[in-house]
Amino acid sequence: MLTYTIRRIFQTIPVLIGVTILVFSLMHLIPGDPAQIIAGEQANQEQVEQMRERLGLNEPLPVQYWNFVSGAVQGDLGNSIRSGRAVSSEIGARFWVTVELALYSTILSIFIGLIAGIISATKRGTVTDSLIMIVALFGLSMPNFWLGLMLIQYFSLGFGWFPVSGWGSPQQLVLPVITLGTAGAAIIARMTRSSMLEVIHADYIRTARAKGVKERYVIYKHALRNALIPVVTVVGLQFGALLGGAVLTETVFAINGLGRFVVDAIRMRDFPIVQGSVLVLALMFVVVNFLVDISYRFLNKRIELD
Amino acid sequence: MESPKTIIKVDNLQTSFYTDKGEVKAVDGVSFEIPSGKTLGIVGESGSGKSITSLSVMRLIQDPGKIKGGQILFNGENLLDKSEAQMRRIRGNQISMIFQEPMTSLNPVFTVGDQIAEAYMIHEGKSKKEALRKALDMLKLVGIPSPEQRLKQYPHELSGGMRQRVMIAIALACNPELLIADEPTTALDVTIQAQILRLINNLQEELGMSVMLITHDLGVVAETCDYVAVMYAGKVVEYADVETLFESPKHPYTVGLLKSLPRHDIDQEGELEVIKGMVPTPDNLPKGCRFAPRCPFASDICADRLPELDELEDNSQVRCWIYTDEWDGKSGVSVKDDYGTFASKES
Repeated sequence: MLTYTIRRIFQTIPVLIGVTILVFSLMHLIPGDPAQIIAGEQANQEQVEQMRERLGLNEPLPVQYWNFVSGAVQGDLGNSIRSGRAVSSEIGARFWVTVELALYSTILSIFIGLIAGIISATKRGTVTDSLIMIVALFGLSMPNFWLGLMLIQYFSLGFGWFPVSGWGSPQQLVLPVITLGTAGAAIIARMTRSSMLEVIHADYIRTARAKGVKERYVIYKHALRNALIPVVTVVGLQFGALLGGAVLTETVFAINGLGRFVVDAIRMRDFPIVQGSVLVLALMFVVVNFLVDISYRFLNKRIELD
Repeated sequence: MESPKTIIKVDNLQTSFYTDKGEVKAVDGVSFEIPSGKTLGIVGESGSGKSITSLSVMRLIQDPGKIKGGQILFNGENLLDKSEAQMRRIRGNQISMIFQEPMTSLNPVFTVGDQIAEAYMIHEGKSKKEALRKALDMLKLVGIPSPEQRLKQYPHELSGGMRQRVMIAIALACNPELLIADEPTTALDVTIQAQILRLINNLQEELGMSVMLITHDLGVVAETCDYVAVMYAGKVVEYADVETLFESPKHPYTVGLLKSLPRHDIDQEGELEVIKGMVPTPDNLPKGCRFAPRCPFASDICADRLPELDELEDNSQVRCWIYTDEWDGKSGVSVKDDYGTFASKES
């Protein structure tokens, strides 16, 4: 297990190199001269040259790349064009908001999705099953921003139970987390259901019943452990997507998270911020995938150690 | 077939599956009994209802299947009257079962030790530690080499034969009175088959349990069973003790099965006999005797009316018109001796 973990860590290195190359290229792939863009439209030739010098853009590309990577490793991602503050501190302030939001939403999705999926699978073909699957279909098809707006409309403005916007207090968490978690819960419910249905007819489930195991344990111990594997994959992907894709929800609830920040930075052509954010998000993705892989191995001992 | 103590007596068992096409009678009025410490073989082709019979005894028939009627008397008590909770206490404790597919019958995510120990924890209320110790004893009993190490391994780390031994260890953990073995050796190599059968036989003697062996292999029956019930399309067509069955088989189907068995002890000339045609599916059964469409002896009455399971002078039971007064085919026919002649005339 330990050797597997270490080997798996080493496997992420090529991915990380690829990510840094892509993020680095961002600067040079955008149309126009980055020095000109950063210096501003009113800048004269001399100022542009100065900017080029300061940013190191007249160095050969490999040297620039090396400077970028060695800076990134030390936490130096440059400065924001707009605010002039360090990119790392700008991102850091918003990063944890997004991680929190994604984490709570994922936990909510897992909780609701698993329970709904298991009930649906064990009561297959009944009214309960159909009802759960219809609700899941709605949850899946509902656009995030619309759901967010509806929640605000009824629970904030209507009943006044929760604040309309912001982030930090427990009351402020509820609506955004529900908004983001709904689709995930629906996906997990459907995944759990189909995975459970596949497992429930397996020979080893019959063996468990023949052993005299209580039905509850047959489902939650013998079947669920096996059915979880595809569900974990979905959860991992879900979490990764939430990290980068919570823009709409963050906008609706005026949450100062990373997603909205990146979109703003793109609009303002604040390249160092975009670079830095993409790098951090990509890193998070790699970490999440790594954790998912490790948990596969934990859930299913048949997965080989390579 | 009188015996001091009958462990299980199945009487007129009927199990049906309710599908869109209507009721499908997979097991249709099956009766048999197993005396204490003896082995009953249930023989038949795929689709004859033998596996459904065994699952019915365990009350493990899943939707859309249902046990429709009959009685399963286990130590005199009807299992069909038991609640689900009562059945759970019997399963894996007094009646155990091993299955055909050792490769898929063990849960891939739990260790071998955990899976055996579970039986002790459920039925004997043992602590995990104690249960694991008893599981180790069981692994030794079923002859698994280096059992301490195996205890911590996962099923995928074991070969098919080893897994079937683990299945046997699980089944026998709580000293059951009845072991149901549903084709326990079909999926295994021939050499391993013999080992597993010997193991079951030895443990049966050691632990004094009764065995219900489901198989399609008459060779296995000859080696291991005391009594045999031959099933065809959901019904028992012949029921006898093993010597009688092999010495004087009565039903044309039994004879056909025996003729299609390769023999090592005599020189056989030409090709092996085969029973032509297929077992009728339970949703499309013939009106009369279910074997009639494939039977070389079939006469008018066979196609018309289903014969009863009648007891003959040598205590064997057979479901065939030939042995009744109503037989309207060729008189003086001997199924055993004339099978070949009739069968070749057919084709």
